[in-house]
Amino acid sequence: MLELMGLLLIFMIIAAIVAIETRDLLAAVISVTAVGFGSVIAFFYMRAPDVAIVPIVVEVLILVILIRATLRVGLKTFVGNRDFFGMMVTIAMLLVIFLAGIRVFNDLPAFGEPVMAKMMDAPSRIYLANGLNDTGAANIVTAVLLDYRAYDTLGEATVLFTSIIGAIAIIRKKARKKPSEPEVEEWTV
Amino acid sequence: MHYALCLALFLVGLYGVMVKRNLIKIVISLVILESAVNMFIIMIGYRKDGIAPIMSKMMDPEVFASRSVDPIPQALVLTAIVIGLGVTAMTVALAMRLYEKYGTYDIKEIRNLKG
Repeated sequence: MLELMGLLLIFMIIAAIVAIETRDLLAAVISVTAVGFGSVIAFFYMRAPDVAIVPIVVEVLILVILIRATLRVGLKTFVGNRDFFGMMVTIAMLLVIFLAGIRVFNDLPAFGEPVMAKMMDAPSRIYLANGLNDTGAANIVTAVLLDYRAYDTLGEATVLFTSIIGAIAIIRKKARKKPSEPEVEEWTV
Repeated sequence: MHYALCLALFLVGLYGVMVKRNLIKIVISLVILESAVNMFIIMIGYRKDGIAPIMSKMMDPEVFASRSVDPIPQALVLTAIVIGLGVTAMTVALAMRLYEKYGTYDIKEIRNLKG
């Protein structure tokens, strides 16, 4: 079964390379959604159903947003990367990062053994053992999200709200007040 | 092996961010980077032959705690995925604004206009 996971990751890498290297922007956008849905299947496989449901919605929304950006009349297509020398330096750097990262993985426990299995007082163990009694939620992920770390979730909602307001403020065409109009000095009740 | 494949996916995204000239391609690479990082964090918490961290009635809490996968990475990634959507929406908004001003997605032309 672990081989299935590896195949899924290889599929995601291929889809990512297609998304980055293809000339057609629409095909690239669809390929990046393929990467996202591959991760959805992987999350289901890794026993994370709560996490797996969210990216389905998120990937569809990203697809809609990116298609809105790519559908333009007379969009010039251009090929080619940055200059050759810079590209060689980039590839060499990525190779170095890859070789260094492989060494880091030697210190991690092998895939299939979580870190909490080795630590006796890991917070995950406490949550798993006491989650039902503390919060009354049978789903421990929900218990962590909405009870133990509820302030994190509040912050997440704030960040999402702020980013959407920012996106609207960036994208809107005209300001509410024309610059030529005089500044209003005092507040009118 | 699996961690290395995940790192390879991350590096594909990093390559796209560093090399590509098209703004939309750079945004796409950022989305790939996000997927790779979320995937890696979930992979750290996976237990071989584990069960999802959802309690059922006939399950003993001790057995459940010893067989379940790690719930904390899942909760954190749930937060990170939604924030990634906000980041993507904002980057695309910036890219579209740049397109309206300069008429192109090519970052070389945008840089050369100096405006």
